[in-house]
Amino acid sequence: MTAPTAVAPRSGSAAAAPGHPSSPRRHARDNRAAYRRRLIWIADHSIALALALMFLGPLVFVLLTSVMTDQQALTPDLWPRHWQWSNFVTVFSKAPLLTWFGNTLVYAVSATALMLVSSVPVAYALARFRFKGRNAAFLAVLTMMMLPPQVLVIPMYILWARLHLTGSIWPLVIPTLFGDAFSIFLLRQFLLTLPEEYLDAARIDGCGEIRVLLRVVLPMMRPALAAVALFQFFAAWNDYYGPLIYTGEVPSQWTLAIGLASFKSVHAVQWNLTMAATLLAMAPVIVVFFFAQKAFIEGVTLTGVKG
Amino acid sequence: MTTTSVTRPPTAARGPVPPALGARRRRHRLRVLAFLSPWLIGFAVFLVYPLVTTVYLSFTNANLVSAAGWVGLRNYRFLLEQDPYIWQAFRNTAWLVVVMVPAQVLFALAVAMLLVRLKSGAGLLRTVFYLPSLVPPVAATVAFVYMFNPATGPVNHILETVGIPGPDWFNSPSWSKPALTLLSLWGIGNVMVIFLAALLEVPTELYEAASLDGASPWQRFRYVTFPSISPVLLFSVVTGIIAALQYFTQAMVAAQAAGGLHSGAVPGYPEGSTLTVPQWLYITGFNQFHMGYACALAVVLFAVSMVFTAALLRRASGFQPQEVAS
Repeated sequence: MTAPTAVAPRSGSAAAAPGHPSSPRRHARDNRAAYRRRLIWIADHSIALALALMFLGPLVFVLLTSVMTDQQALTPDLWPRHWQWSNFVTVFSKAPLLTWFGNTLVYAVSATALMLVSSVPVAYALARFRFKGRNAAFLAVLTMMMLPPQVLVIPMYILWARLHLTGSIWPLVIPTLFGDAFSIFLLRQFLLTLPEEYLDAARIDGCGEIRVLLRVVLPMMRPALAAVALFQFFAAWNDYYGPLIYTGEVPSQWTLAIGLASFKSVHAVQWNLTMAATLLAMAPVIVVFFFAQKAFIEGVTLTGVKG
Repeated sequence: MTTTSVTRPPTAARGPVPPALGARRRRHRLRVLAFLSPWLIGFAVFLVYPLVTTVYLSFTNANLVSAAGWVGLRNYRFLLEQDPYIWQAFRNTAWLVVVMVPAQVLFALAVAMLLVRLKSGAGLLRTVFYLPSLVPPVAATVAFVYMFNPATGPVNHILETVGIPGPDWFNSPSWSKPALTLLSLWGIGNVMVIFLAALLEVPTELYEAASLDGASPWQRFRYVTFPSISPVLLFSVVTGIIAALQYFTQAMVAAQAAGGLHSGAVPGYPEGSTLTVPQWLYITGFNQFHMGYACALAVVLFAVSMVFTAALLRRASGFQPQEVAS
């Protein structure tokens, strides 16, 4: 607890007042500064701790409520009297959670795979090729990224309805075959940071552009690829608007997001089961995050730093 | 962009092109086209086509069932003069832009600045603050509706034990948007991480120099921190506004979960207080099947969001190679 405060003031005041290492006035000032620093340290850490509790609070309350009995969940109690873990079994009989889970998984996995295949070459071209209209193309990517999906949804719905694909998630998956604007943007930002010398060396060795991309660039891109794959996976996993538009009328095609939103309306008074379902919807995301935390944080940083 | 041209070989631009070079250039052009082709198709089919069609349909009475008939400006006149909900939807969306977005940005900045100051535990805390931003929005919204439930939720229970009578949150027209704002503050992890990275890039010598000159903490923020992070700040505000213009899921799910059976009668339970423009577009287009009219709403939404996108793209020089390469 005192270790950081003991070291910090030394270096700080040494820079401010060199040449009087042992004067009594300096000692007094040092002590005051150390005292102030310790107070600030305590204040900072208390605020941080309080904030941490507030950020974790909702997850804790969801967990506590999800194991309460039906009766207790209707009271404002915070702590479960009996830990009724069987709620997590009961909830599967109340709603086709596994179907929703499967639909969500198909949507998220296929959208991620197709996005990777289609977006990497585009990002590579935007970052590494010199051609007329490159700036215009990049601005178009940015515009596409910023455009609210609601602006385009009606013509798209009519188009997919004509192709008889509404009532499934395919209208959400197929477009990722043609590049995802956000992923292209993020991959391009990463590719610009790669030193050109590596690529030139490969070109001198007689590699064509495609071989350069596959053999040299792709291995170096791994952190960025992981980040965009995770973002795309989560965007699809968390998506509510898309599945609502295209599968809203066909319950067998619902994703977890749609199912969970309807769960509360159907099981209005069973907060414990609703929270159990909520927790089950959150769980995969939290598990993936703990395994891939670094890729996430690096990816997010890439989106903003040079904004 | 401008500096990259310096490295171009001098032969490329000068004089009549020898046939071998012309062939090389043609091959280069083909290669560029091949690499870009997935996106070029996507751009045409999933952006240009629907955008043009949206504008066209906004002048018709399209409804999915019968053929669309031309109605001129009637949709827009209805929007301005008769639509009973549109002004409320505009006001709610404007509220999100004016209150929720600044709250998010300031809170994220405050949390990031706190994390920078901490010498121990910052890594763990960053994880804790980031995690909620990944929670599926539907799950997060349902969880918040439960927590803020006036009768059975823990929040009002805790407030009561401290002696504060809690409001009705998601069931009260005047508290529903503040409750949604709290939900959005829970998920500021992305913005926080971006700020954190920007704050860590501020050269520490600048702070030391400012301290030696006797600058107060506020002055250090105003004259050192703020200028260094202002591009990131602008980026967050604009992307926040664009997200606020699209705000749909949380408003829709909160109204459903809190309102139950009552939520259907008036859109945006309670009393239209959570009705946003995208939500009204969804209701008119996909519940009432007035697709032509919904397209008119989409055109308005497009116009507004383009204003803010343009504000961001004007700074697009920040995305260019020479700055990123540094």
